[in-house]
Amino acid sequence: MNKDMVYLDNSAVTRIDEEVLKAMKPYFFDTYAVATSEFAYTMGIEAKDALEEARATIADSLNADTEELIFTSGATESNNLALKGVMYNQKEKGHLIISDIEDFSVLNSAKKLEKQGYEVSYISVDEKGKVNIEELKESVRDDTVLVSIQHANQEIGTVQNIKEIAEYLEDKDILFHTDATHTFKRIPIDTQEVPVDLITISAHTIHGPRGIGALYKRKGVKIEKIMDGGFQEDNLRAGLENIPSAVGFAKAVELITEEENEKIKSLRDTLIEKVEEQIEDVTLNGSREDRSPQNANITFHYVEGESITLHLDMRGFAVSTGSACFSKSLEASHVILGIGGDHERAHGSIRFTFSRYNTKEDVNKIVEAIKDVVENLREISPLGKKGSE
Amino acid sequence: MSSPYSDKVIEYFQNPKNVGELEDPDGIAKEGSPACGDMVQLHLKVDEDTQKITDIKFRSYGCASNIATGSIITEMAKGSTIENAKDITWQEAADELGGLPAVKNHCSVLAVDALKEAIRDYEEKHGLVKEKVPTTMEVVKERLKHVMNPIHGLDVIKTNLIEDIEMKDKTIIVQVDLAEDHQFAPVVKEDIKEKLEPRWDIEEVIVKYK
Repeated sequence: MNKDMVYLDNSAVTRIDEEVLKAMKPYFFDTYAVATSEFAYTMGIEAKDALEEARATIADSLNADTEELIFTSGATESNNLALKGVMYNQKEKGHLIISDIEDFSVLNSAKKLEKQGYEVSYISVDEKGKVNIEELKESVRDDTVLVSIQHANQEIGTVQNIKEIAEYLEDKDILFHTDATHTFKRIPIDTQEVPVDLITISAHTIHGPRGIGALYKRKGVKIEKIMDGGFQEDNLRAGLENIPSAVGFAKAVELITEEENEKIKSLRDTLIEKVEEQIEDVTLNGSREDRSPQNANITFHYVEGESITLHLDMRGFAVSTGSACFSKSLEASHVILGIGGDHERAHGSIRFTFSRYNTKEDVNKIVEAIKDVVENLREISPLGKKGSE
Repeated sequence: MSSPYSDKVIEYFQNPKNVGELEDPDGIAKEGSPACGDMVQLHLKVDEDTQKITDIKFRSYGCASNIATGSIITEMAKGSTIENAKDITWQEAADELGGLPAVKNHCSVLAVDALKEAIRDYEEKHGLVKEKVPTTMEVVKERLKHVMNPIHGLDVIKTNLIEDIEMKDKTIIVQVDLAEDHQFAPVVKEDIKEKLEPRWDIEEVIVKYK
């Protein structure tokens, strides 16, 4: 890969930080035992201590207790565990509510539950991607067990008012799960302030290792285990503990600073501002105000996203698109369609997501490149002003 | 690095030939739709004496396959007779480009269809269609092969999206295997109507949902 490549696909995965890798290394080579009980051999006890220390650090970042955190293999597993774990734990098949624009791991878990006889309501979002809270309230039934609404969207970055939703559901005695994969450590959640019951978090979006995530589960919330095997993770998630990655996850949590989040936010704002100023016929997808700091998602009308990403790739930029052509499934982004966008808007949408390693120079460079690319593609396109009359 | 595209596809993608429109074209065609993410527009000029395509221009809204095929097809057709141009197949275009990824077939087939449609348009406008072909079930099915199923990116006939076709006098009723509130329902309806309504012996096209 080109070393000068400007990587702006950080909501897919981030580059691991050297400090994180350094922290993990001893748990591959020196303290590589499984986490044993305190009555076993020294290396196992040390491994157990490292795992619990990592758990405490991560739990602390949510203002939660150490025992409220379950390590998983990542955001997908955490979302599966939250939805299926809660629903399977009921005596009767209850009702679940999610939004239209959830990540596939929530969406497809809900669809699987539907096939198994559970009822699911899907709540629409407005044109900015904000969940329609009135519709949510109307969808609540006597048998509603769980509501799962993401904190911020994976594609368009819209941040939901989870506090309002959590407080409403707390009064109704309904459990609330939020997928915070794209806000964890970027927009804090204080579990003492927000009465949320379950939170999905992951290391891959914060310069940690991939393959590790966690589910915050408020004390007293009951879930059924979905990965069967041994008694790890308080008998809620079987499988060998991934101690090196847990240690790396905790290190990644420690490394994120408020200054970094401010910097990322300012890069995002500069990109949006410059694109809107310099390129005609663009639409910012998602909310301008309530937006995750790392995300910009813009539709360039009359052109198709795969063509844009391919041109940008050839010039050394990595971005992603909601276009059907980009995906293996050839389906347009359900998120852009969910916010009332048409297919053309989905096909021409480009997601830019920033990280610790991006600079102001990167923003200047990509704006110049995209201006040129979009202009060239519009010259070819039969749609819009430059196309046929 | 393993790109799914051949060097030639990339070359045409970066520098497409024959882009644009023609003034007073003899034949025009538009295949695909923005909803499917791919669309090709073709304009051509035909020399009435020699029946050769003297000029041809295209525009493309789509991915690299779509742009590259649009470009190569104009080069292949330019200078050839309309009879020969009609016979250009997707496979020939794909071979000329050094191959295309299988998943992108539908994006590139559009350009080949557009060429055939533009020639048909020319023939109809210039009275070259000897007798008006009545709209039979075969004709309807053939026309519907030009309607994309956005769910799969393949045509609605091949993907069994059409449940039933009924023909009564000058009306065609097409039963589609989609719920009315499906995200693609309006797009599919519009495309079906667009392909069938211009038939000379048809007055109404009704699209019904599940």
